[in-house]
Amino acid sequence: MKKIEAVIRKSKYRAVKEALHDVGVNFFSYWDVTGLGNEKEGHVYRGISYSTSDIQRRYISIVVNDDFEEITIKTILKSSSTGEVGDGKIFVSDIKEAYRIRTGEKGGKTLN
Amino acid sequence: MELLTINNVWMMICTALVFFMHLGFAFLEIGLTRQKNTINILFKNIFIITVGLLLYALVGFNLMYPNWGANSAGYLGDFIFGISEPLKNGTLDLAYNQGYTYWTDFLFQGMFAATAATIVSGAVAERMKILPFMIFTVLYVGFVYPIAGSWKWGGGFLDQLATPFYDFAGSTLVHSVGGWAALVAVSLLGARIGKFENGKTQAIPGHNIPIATAGVLILWLGWFGFNGGSVLSADPELTSITLVTTCLAAAAGGVVAVLASTIMYKNLDLTMFLNGILGGLVGITAGADQMSPMDAILIGAVAGVLIVFAVSLIDKLKLDDPVGAIAVHLVCGIWGTLAVGLFGNLASGAQFLSQLIGVACYAVFCIATSFIIIFTLKKTIGIRVSEKEEVEGLDAHEHGMDAYPDFRLNEY
Repeated sequence: MKKIEAVIRKSKYRAVKEALHDVGVNFFSYWDVTGLGNEKEGHVYRGISYSTSDIQRRYISIVVNDDFEEITIKTILKSSSTGEVGDGKIFVSDIKEAYRIRTGEKGGKTLN
Repeated sequence: MELLTINNVWMMICTALVFFMHLGFAFLEIGLTRQKNTINILFKNIFIITVGLLLYALVGFNLMYPNWGANSAGYLGDFIFGISEPLKNGTLDLAYNQGYTYWTDFLFQGMFAATAATIVSGAVAERMKILPFMIFTVLYVGFVYPIAGSWKWGGGFLDQLATPFYDFAGSTLVHSVGGWAALVAVSLLGARIGKFENGKTQAIPGHNIPIATAGVLILWLGWFGFNGGSVLSADPELTSITLVTTCLAAAAGGVVAVLASTIMYKNLDLTMFLNGILGGLVGITAGADQMSPMDAILIGAVAGVLIVFAVSLIDKLKLDDPVGAIAVHLVCGIWGTLAVGLFGNLASGAQFLSQLIGVACYAVFCIATSFIIIFTLKKTIGIRVSEKEEVEGLDAHEHGMDAYPDFRLNEY
């Protein structure tokens, strides 16, 4: 089992979600995050320019069986990209075990 | 009797509109400041209108209208404390004057009185201790404002100049009186932490721009009463031209301010648009009944330019005025007062000179009194909250409350 985490543009969330659904990845968690990065947002308030490096992004976390790893990554790469700085990152890590709380069963079948 | 009734109804409507302006001020102030200080600002605004009215009943009204002239007994001559209807042959004098009853007069003027302190509230927001602010409010609204007002509206020496000083609804008497005190208070108080860092002026964006926008539109509505009621009767021609000049100046002020700020800063800044509207309103207030519609547009337009430059100048002087109170109320108040000598029915060299004398008298008196009050408070109980309180917010420390308990995003 793999955990695939991706930090994506909020504006791309819907496209990513729908693309994942299309390839059969239907379960994941997400939350909104604020981070630092290369991107600067320029603002002006009452004649004073200021830039904030606080970047708003959406963080999605997906746990999949090994045979879904490649397609999931490919799908996110394709659906979340704009080609500009700030498109985000994908992280992949191993998951030791998974349990379904309701039944107590464990292993890959709990992910469906 | 019928005429008195009509006049009086109009004056009471205007009284209610001026009352509504306090909501406008409160909205504008909380909108342009950070959420951690919201309770503090609302508390100050509620304090000002409640205590301001009580003070006006106890001393203010009598101080402001001592009936200078033939049989004047001087300040506090007729009544030392409180208000009571002047009697005529032992019964209530319903024809107190041609426009409205004594009670309406009191309440209409009372609504104005608190405004001066409200202007200061915005300028000192986010860093001034609540207790010294309350003491300042009591002294300024209770004594300074009515004494200053008596010079003109109470028939005092500025009203008795060969060419009388003219201030229709209070560009100077209300707005500059508050503006001078705001300038003094901001100078003595210092800037908010983080406003001037590394030799550069930093932006501290307000937390609720929709509320600030609502505040400005409410203030504009309130100005229908502020200026419309200052006709002091329901005279059809005067009230209608006054509302026309008031609205045109507001519109011109907003449009020109946003044009100027767009040219200077290359962005469409809503807060400058809003301040421009207020600048136009303050600017027209001194001569709203004396101007033609075209004069009003010109006065508003100049006020709009002044706002943009004044906001930037005040930043350059390292004065921190979170809501732009000094630019709006002081700078445009002075402009509007002087404009009476330049445009409209009263325009003349002699009038301009009288306007200058008026502006100077109020400058000296208001700077002196507000300096004495605030400097004394600074040296005794202190006027500024601790660094920790300022960083964590006045709501948590001065009030132990949270304006939006379910809605916390920023830690600062």
